[in-house]
Amino acid sequence: MEKTVQQFPPFREGSAPHQGHDDHGHQEHHEPGFWQKYIFSTDHKVIGIQYGLVALSFMLFGFFLMLCMRWSIAHPMKAMPFIGGILHSIVGSQMASPVKDASGTIIGYAMSPELYNSFGAMHGTIMVFLGVVPLAFAAFGNYVVPLMIGAPDMTFPRINMASFHAFFLGGVVMLVSFFIPGGAAQAGWTSYSPLASTIPTNGQAFWLVGMVLLITSSLLGAVNFIATIIQLRAPGMTWMRLPWFVWAQFVTAFILLLAFPPLEAAGVLQLMDNVAHTSFFLPTGLAVSGVVGQASGGGSPLLWQHLFWFLGHPEVYVLILPAMGIVIEVIANNTRKPIFGYKSLVYSSLGVGFLSFIVWAHHMYMTGMGQKIATFFQATTMIISIPSVIILTCMFLSLWGGSIRINTPMLFALGFLPMFGIGGLTGLPLGLAATDLYLHDTYYIIAHFHYVVAPGTIFGLFAGIYFWFPKMTGRKMNEFWGRVHFWCSLVFMNLVFMPMFAQGIKGMIRRMSDGGVNYSAARVPGAIDTLPGSVMELNGWILWAAIALGIAQIPFIINLFWSISHGEKVGTNPWSATTVDWQTPTPPPHGNFATEPHIVRGPYEYSVPGHTADFTPQSETVAAKNSTGHH
Amino acid sequence: MSESEHPVVFKDYTRRCLLVLLAVACMTAMMIATSFSSIGSGSWTPKVALILLIASVNAFVIAGFLMHLLSEKKLVYTILAFTVFFFIGLAGLTIWAMNDLPVGSAKH
Amino acid sequence: MEIPYTVHKRADTGLYNAKLGIWLFLASEVMLFGGLFSAYILLRVGAGEGTWPHGWLDVRLGTINTILLALSAITTLLAWAALKVKEFGKFKFFHACTMLLALTFLGIKSYEYYDKFHHYEIQLNNGTIADGHFVEQSADFDLAKKTGTFTIHGHIVERHAELMDMRSDEAKKAKHEEHVIAAADIKHMENYSPRHNTFTAIYFTMSGLHALHILGGTLVIFYLWGPGSRMWKTDPERFTNRIEVSGLFWHFVDLVWVFLFPVLYLT
Repeated sequence: MEKTVQQFPPFREGSAPHQGHDDHGHQEHHEPGFWQKYIFSTDHKVIGIQYGLVALSFMLFGFFLMLCMRWSIAHPMKAMPFIGGILHSIVGSQMASPVKDASGTIIGYAMSPELYNSFGAMHGTIMVFLGVVPLAFAAFGNYVVPLMIGAPDMTFPRINMASFHAFFLGGVVMLVSFFIPGGAAQAGWTSYSPLASTIPTNGQAFWLVGMVLLITSSLLGAVNFIATIIQLRAPGMTWMRLPWFVWAQFVTAFILLLAFPPLEAAGVLQLMDNVAHTSFFLPTGLAVSGVVGQASGGGSPLLWQHLFWFLGHPEVYVLILPAMGIVIEVIANNTRKPIFGYKSLVYSSLGVGFLSFIVWAHHMYMTGMGQKIATFFQATTMIISIPSVIILTCMFLSLWGGSIRINTPMLFALGFLPMFGIGGLTGLPLGLAATDLYLHDTYYIIAHFHYVVAPGTIFGLFAGIYFWFPKMTGRKMNEFWGRVHFWCSLVFMNLVFMPMFAQGIKGMIRRMSDGGVNYSAARVPGAIDTLPGSVMELNGWILWAAIALGIAQIPFIINLFWSISHGEKVGTNPWSATTVDWQTPTPPPHGNFATEPHIVRGPYEYSVPGHTADFTPQSETVAAKNSTGHH
Repeated sequence: MSESEHPVVFKDYTRRCLLVLLAVACMTAMMIATSFSSIGSGSWTPKVALILLIASVNAFVIAGFLMHLLSEKKLVYTILAFTVFFFIGLAGLTIWAMNDLPVGSAKH
Repeated sequence: MEIPYTVHKRADTGLYNAKLGIWLFLASEVMLFGGLFSAYILLRVGAGEGTWPHGWLDVRLGTINTILLALSAITTLLAWAALKVKEFGKFKFFHACTMLLALTFLGIKSYEYYDKFHHYEIQLNNGTIADGHFVEQSADFDLAKKTGTFTIHGHIVERHAELMDMRSDEAKKAKHEEHVIAAADIKHMENYSPRHNTFTAIYFTMSGLHALHILGGTLVIFYLWGPGSRMWKTDPERFTNRIEVSGLFWHFVDLVWVFLFPVLYLT
């Protein structure tokens, strides 16, 4: 069957992969140089890969920050092996405290609480804004969306390039802030004022400038995605024929477009607070360490929280929707049957996107909120769980009766389902004020949102990488090591995050560099509600699970790079998929399609009765060859 | 007006532009007059409300005629409707949240 | 394959790409300024009795700037209309006017900023407050060492509240003259910079961000007027679209000012 799906000459090594150039006429006649081809490229596929590689690097870095923090939690103020010395040479004795033995000689360096705080703030910032969003939205969106809708490129290729460069610059600003005196931002990824304006480091100003750049990048990207999906759909690609991944990206882009600007406004205001010493978020009579400051006052700390969470909550759906989109594509492809409830999925994603704008204050029940407004936000929070559950249910029901094909992308997609389920369901108690007051700012919350984002979203992203790798390179990633990567990641992810639920329910607060030692039964025997030894012991176990999780990523990293040149060679449509992205040459040339594809059917026509092949691609030419008398 | 559905006649167009300019100038003058008037006798609230009302009409004229919003496509209306809705949500819910305090809390 | 609909409209949306793009961008701008206006409302509503100032800005200058922007909006539109009737010379003329008006706007704005930075509120040791514009300071003026003198042109008030409403009758009656103040008499002095209070903070931030938009818009218009206008010869239709799209941005910036002016100057 492979032959019939190849509309275009398959990609041959050495033959011009840029055959699409002919159609571009005046644009480029000569082969572009290295800088033009890889750094200043306007091709959506190159930009997608740029985003992907940079985002993966940032995620690895963010993971490393977390490992340092877990060491500090498990062994507070104990010398950190290997890493301690390196940290000391970078950040100095102020931040990496020397640890001395009985005779006074320095035996190593430990993390200071300040360094812990800055790693904590930057871990969150990097993972969310420099890792997951660029990978899920920008990388996959850029590479896949134009191919899926049959478009030659994004609508505004140069704005697309500008978007990546703004993102990269924002990342550089964030990284540079580690090296300035006082270190990077220390007020948490949420940067609550007045804390953010009173910590004596310029890291916060760097953070804000970095954020403004990242937000600008996201806005440019969002405009581009929406315009592309609305304007550049190929003939016949009606809204209800769009693969659901495109819908997910479409809703995500709208969330970014309309939810990010208020945070940009808030960022500008906080930047004014930090640099021009205004008092937007500083109340009258603010005292720091018992001393009343020079600020004029009159501002409102809660204003920052409102503006921050107006983005912050929709951001959750920015993190999860693209991953859900990937999972749907992978599940449909590997169950070899149409996805269950396509229309429900579409309306649910729209509903989630819409409702995500009016739930934000459920992050703020602890701020002295009145009963009426709390009731409103509890109601919207409960309502938004309905479309989310519909999406998850459709995913599960899609498995029903399918002849499931197990491969690495499918394993990650299947892993996503229960992991996201745990993350989502444990969120319900946090959406209700009465239970949230107890669980707020404990490890329970950490466990909850990491289940959503780490084994949830990131598993979805891994599925996407394994799934579309053959389209990007013409080769498959190694299946055996892929499975090793999956099973190890699954086990260790759960070993890392599951114990945190227990710790949180026992009352262990987050953001403590000593992991709660000062609240432990061992430190204050006889006091009520102290943390028992069994809960404290979990800190040590989590550290080892986290290290193991890090080691489990090594097969992936090696597999990723090794497969580029040594993976198993495959044709243009190795997964026998129906969507148009698999109907292009591999890798797709500049301009993507030799001729404009014509779409004649929905995206998931698998195992159509009466067809010889168990998949029927969306575009017309194939249908003519594949079957007569269809529908 | 936005595309070449109606061919542009430059003279007519100039006249229309000048009318809009005149309207904007008049409304600006009205806002200033309100601001310095004794409406509300010492209280700013009625004045602010009136001025913002005039400013909204002014904005409508600019958006409607200068930005051709009155003859724009449905898609643009849809996008702007969502935007305005979310803006009202942002401002409205935030103000509500700031003023709704738990029962029994001291007024600040 | 080429990217379609760069010039002509797509049938089902009725828009060409850039037009949709700019409206999406403007939607995000609405939310950006929406966030700032929300902040303004909350700061103002949350301000204590008599702590929100009135009449601190010069309405005359604000009015002139309002008219300048309205005029520039008209010239932008006429520049586009000129291209529609294929009169390139007229286009050049009208957009030259647009840029001139925009630069005048920025000039007046800078003067207003300059004025605020030279405006001092000086709390004296005897409990009164001297308030006025900087004239000169003696060579040995040093607040820490308490030497030298500082001269302002303004008035001295008994209560801080008198400074908050410059529209009040007593403020209008106050006589403004030069006051020489000895450093030894000064308890605390501060100019009307952003940190002075929440009003100056939001004034500088919002008008500053607006001014940055004016600057950005002017640069775009300059590009399209100068080097970018070569496209008129190769692809006149697309060039006209570019002028329309940049015009939409310009009108939006005008729209923001239509709210900024009453909110900052008139109330």
